[in-house]
Amino acid sequence: MLNYILRRILYAFPILVGVNLITFFLFFVVNTPDDMARMHLGMKHVTEEAIENWKQERGYDRPLLWNESASGSEKLTETLIISESLKLFRFDFGVADDGRNIGGDIKQRMGPSLAIAVPIFLIGLFTNITFAMLMVFFRATYLDLSGVVLTVVLMSISGLFYVIGGQFVVGKLMHLVPISGYEGGLGAFRFVILPVVIGVISGIGSGTRWYRTIFLEEMGKDYVRTARAKGLSEYRVLFHHVLRNAMIPILTGAVVVLPLLFMGSLITESFFGIPGLGSYTIEAINAQDFAIVRAMVFLGAVLYIIGLLLTDLSYTLVDPRVRLS
Amino acid sequence: MSSNKVKKGGIVAGVVAALFVHLLSISAHANWNSPYPSEVVDEQVLYSSFSGRPKHLDPARSYSSNEYTFIGQIYEPPLQYHYLKRPYKLEPLVASAIPEAYYIDRDGERLADGAAVEDIAYSIYEVSIREGVRYQPHPAFARNDSGALRYVELTEDALSGVENLSDFPHNNSRLLTAEDYVYQIKRLAHPALHSPIFGLMTEHIVGLSDLREALKGAREKDSSGWLDLRKFPLEGVEVVDAHTYRIKIKGKYPQFLYWLAMPFFAPMPWEVDQFHAQPLLQERNITLDWYPVGTGPFMLTVNNPNRKMVLERNPNYHPDYYPVEGEAKDRLSGLLDDGGEQIPFLDRIEFSLEKETIPYWNKFLQGYYDSSGISSDSFDQAVQFSSSGEAELSREMEKRGMRLQTSVSTSIFYMGFNMADPVIGGSSERARKLRQAISIAVDYEEYISIFANGRGIPAQGPLPAGIFGHQDGGEGINSVVYQWQDGRARRRSLEEAKRLLAEAGYPKGRDRESGKPLTLYFDVTASGPDDKARMGWYRKQFEKIDLQLVIRNTDYNRFQDKMLNGNAQIYLWGWNADYPDPENFLFLLYGPNAKMGKNGENASNYDSADFNRLFERMKNMENSPERQQVIEQMTALLQEDAPWVWGFHPKNFGLYHAWYRNTKPNLMANNTLKYVRLNPVERARLRAEWNRPVLWPLWGGGLLLLLLIVPAWLGIRRKERSSLRTQEG
Repeated sequence: MLNYILRRILYAFPILVGVNLITFFLFFVVNTPDDMARMHLGMKHVTEEAIENWKQERGYDRPLLWNESASGSEKLTETLIISESLKLFRFDFGVADDGRNIGGDIKQRMGPSLAIAVPIFLIGLFTNITFAMLMVFFRATYLDLSGVVLTVVLMSISGLFYVIGGQFVVGKLMHLVPISGYEGGLGAFRFVILPVVIGVISGIGSGTRWYRTIFLEEMGKDYVRTARAKGLSEYRVLFHHVLRNAMIPILTGAVVVLPLLFMGSLITESFFGIPGLGSYTIEAINAQDFAIVRAMVFLGAVLYIIGLLLTDLSYTLVDPRVRLS
Repeated sequence: MSSNKVKKGGIVAGVVAALFVHLLSISAHANWNSPYPSEVVDEQVLYSSFSGRPKHLDPARSYSSNEYTFIGQIYEPPLQYHYLKRPYKLEPLVASAIPEAYYIDRDGERLADGAAVEDIAYSIYEVSIREGVRYQPHPAFARNDSGALRYVELTEDALSGVENLSDFPHNNSRLLTAEDYVYQIKRLAHPALHSPIFGLMTEHIVGLSDLREALKGAREKDSSGWLDLRKFPLEGVEVVDAHTYRIKIKGKYPQFLYWLAMPFFAPMPWEVDQFHAQPLLQERNITLDWYPVGTGPFMLTVNNPNRKMVLERNPNYHPDYYPVEGEAKDRLSGLLDDGGEQIPFLDRIEFSLEKETIPYWNKFLQGYYDSSGISSDSFDQAVQFSSSGEAELSREMEKRGMRLQTSVSTSIFYMGFNMADPVIGGSSERARKLRQAISIAVDYEEYISIFANGRGIPAQGPLPAGIFGHQDGGEGINSVVYQWQDGRARRRSLEEAKRLLAEAGYPKGRDRESGKPLTLYFDVTASGPDDKARMGWYRKQFEKIDLQLVIRNTDYNRFQDKMLNGNAQIYLWGWNADYPDPENFLFLLYGPNAKMGKNGENASNYDSADFNRLFERMKNMENSPERQQVIEQMTALLQEDAPWVWGFHPKNFGLYHAWYRNTKPNLMANNTLKYVRLNPVERARLRAEWNRPVLWPLWGGGLLLLLLIVPAWLGIRRKERSSLRTQEG
């Protein structure tokens, strides 16, 4: 197992290098450092000298890939891509173009994102599996059919509608919770309850359909027939046999997103005024802040790789037949 | 007890605990939906918001209105705009009087008042500041027992546990000196600060460029350390005594006084600069760009741009009083009721991050924000137009006791023609008539009605109302585009536009010589959701006179490149005044300021010898009938040449709750929050009335859930029993 984990970690490096290279190319194909400077220096009274100074201060006056004016190995190292990328691998994200420490900002914004994303994930998972199990339990009855129709309806409604509708009904008409905002500590509860409820409800449609499909597929397998032949109740068949055997596809979908919960949700956080990471990358792209974009893409890639690794490891926990080597 | 039972018990306990926490947290609030922690009802706390984190709070760098909302209340330049008087008028803030310039010639000899502009080599402004003004408490001023600054050369050990400025146990203050103002002017030249006005100020302040070179050299030797700007002389700025400093300006530049009312010229104590230059503090985001330090009425005590910014009253604020004079109507509207009272009235201002307009608007309606602009989503709910076309509050808003205030902003949005373009540009009769025809066809009255909910005034020239030189009524209309009929300006007919087009050589939109349809190119950065409709509208305006308009949509950077290289043909642009002087608008069309090749602000690259000559004369004149005459000549030239379709001046709409007092739109002043007064008791009463929890849907929902669960549960039981019976049978 340890060998497997080490090997996977080593595999991660070329992937991260590739991701980093692509980020650099995509960003600099669209934006030149001159563009970035203009964006940061504003619209009024911007001189060429100011642009040159801005680039020099942030090191954007260096060549991207190959520094002809340098000597020896510095031809390679004194370039934008190498000097900036190496820091990332030490998780030193540097400073944003507005002078703020990116690592500090990520640390600060991660908490509120998790305060929303973790409950939505856990409660959503529980709710979706429960509903799916119930639909499978009542399969081919009017309850199942109604459930399918309801889930399709829930899936068809835009996520934004849930957010605005929820704020309107619960916050504006019923005055039960604040419409938006955030507080640290226990005070956060009042602010996260509505986004969490909305997050769970908006995910019921797709989640329940997905798990229902998985469970129905399992229901047709031989071991289910055997379990029934043994005289087990439908309840035991479903919850003790089908659920356990359906864990691999469930884990495939669920564990991989676990680390990405850190990255937050753009729409939910924007509308509920949650100061999370959801909008950090988008804001940085709009502001052409390459330092933040680079850091967030790198972090996203690392978390995704961790998610995949965790998924593989979790298979061994739920299915003793799986051996990692 | 089995482990399963323990787990279930844990879950139940968790849910109960969560509900308990919720009940505890809401019981602390009078209103369940209050977004604020429990508050003292009679405290003067203003609740506002910000939609994105400000980029810069350093007065040498900051140059946008969302940043001035904060630093305008903290930093105090020598001058300010009178809060109530119109037209906008400068008055001393920290200066003891408005400085009057005297002039010297090339030999350094003082010239008599009224000397010819050609003889003036330099203008000298001597600024005297008030005594006894102190800075807000700040750790940068803290000193140890031996009198040395306490928090310099900080080590990692000394900073353990320090994440914010408030984590420093010792604070202190000191008196404001003239040297602090000089220090800040030197900061404009600091190579690491990229002050947006450095380039502009090098044209005016003597020696600023040389200082930049000296500072650059010093930074090349040591880029990590703090540059003590006191050691670097600036030829044009010097300290006269502890409370007086002198600024030497090249030539005559009367508009310089307006700059002295902007945060760029606020004081900066060297101790604060030194304190924030420490790398270990910068790693903790404690930089001067994020932690402003000033002498103003408020100080920034919570600085979390990801969530909340809080300004609190500065305990060291110098005596300052609400104005006793204003416009005649101000007394009637109660704006002078607080005249002569000590300000600020507010104890605290809380800005919460609010990115979306819908939640902001709903919270404003619930009374959790004290004032609001009006987005297009909520415009119809808030405003209705009377039969005379006047905007007034909707009945619903009136019932809540709100007030609507409107003001025409000192800015302009226009459609420009690139005067260097071979088809649309140039001073030929043919091109001029083509531009005039387009100016008539593009109906900005319709644009304002469709896309701005009627919030704008069609522009007749570059100068908006409130700026010297602007003319109202029939005298001020652009006679190329409008006629004065029945007491109002009426747009000329499309027939006239088509006639002009035919005279330009394009009858029915076709080139008379080649017979080909005339195609024009519109260079825009249209990426928003409404832009498709907007671009469609522009295309239709050109089609009205048989012209084809090709939209060349591009991103902001490419667009900037096109403008710089002179490759755009027709474009959209805007300008917001730095100061209320016609020079700040008319320079947008001054030839030497061309965008193409010179990166100036004249985006149309308009270059008329007559206009340039008049501009050079006008810019140095005092406001007088003579200056008015020159401006009229310049405006007439511009209207005839039509380098812009003059577009419109936006109108600002603001809504204020009944408890919000002393509001008068002042588009020039940045420090207006010190005049605001609230009635927090009335606010608390109305908030409670407007936000009573409505619980019956909750019980109804619970019942519905029960009705769904019970049949399902019964169904499960029945199914289980029937399968058991089947097995038994």
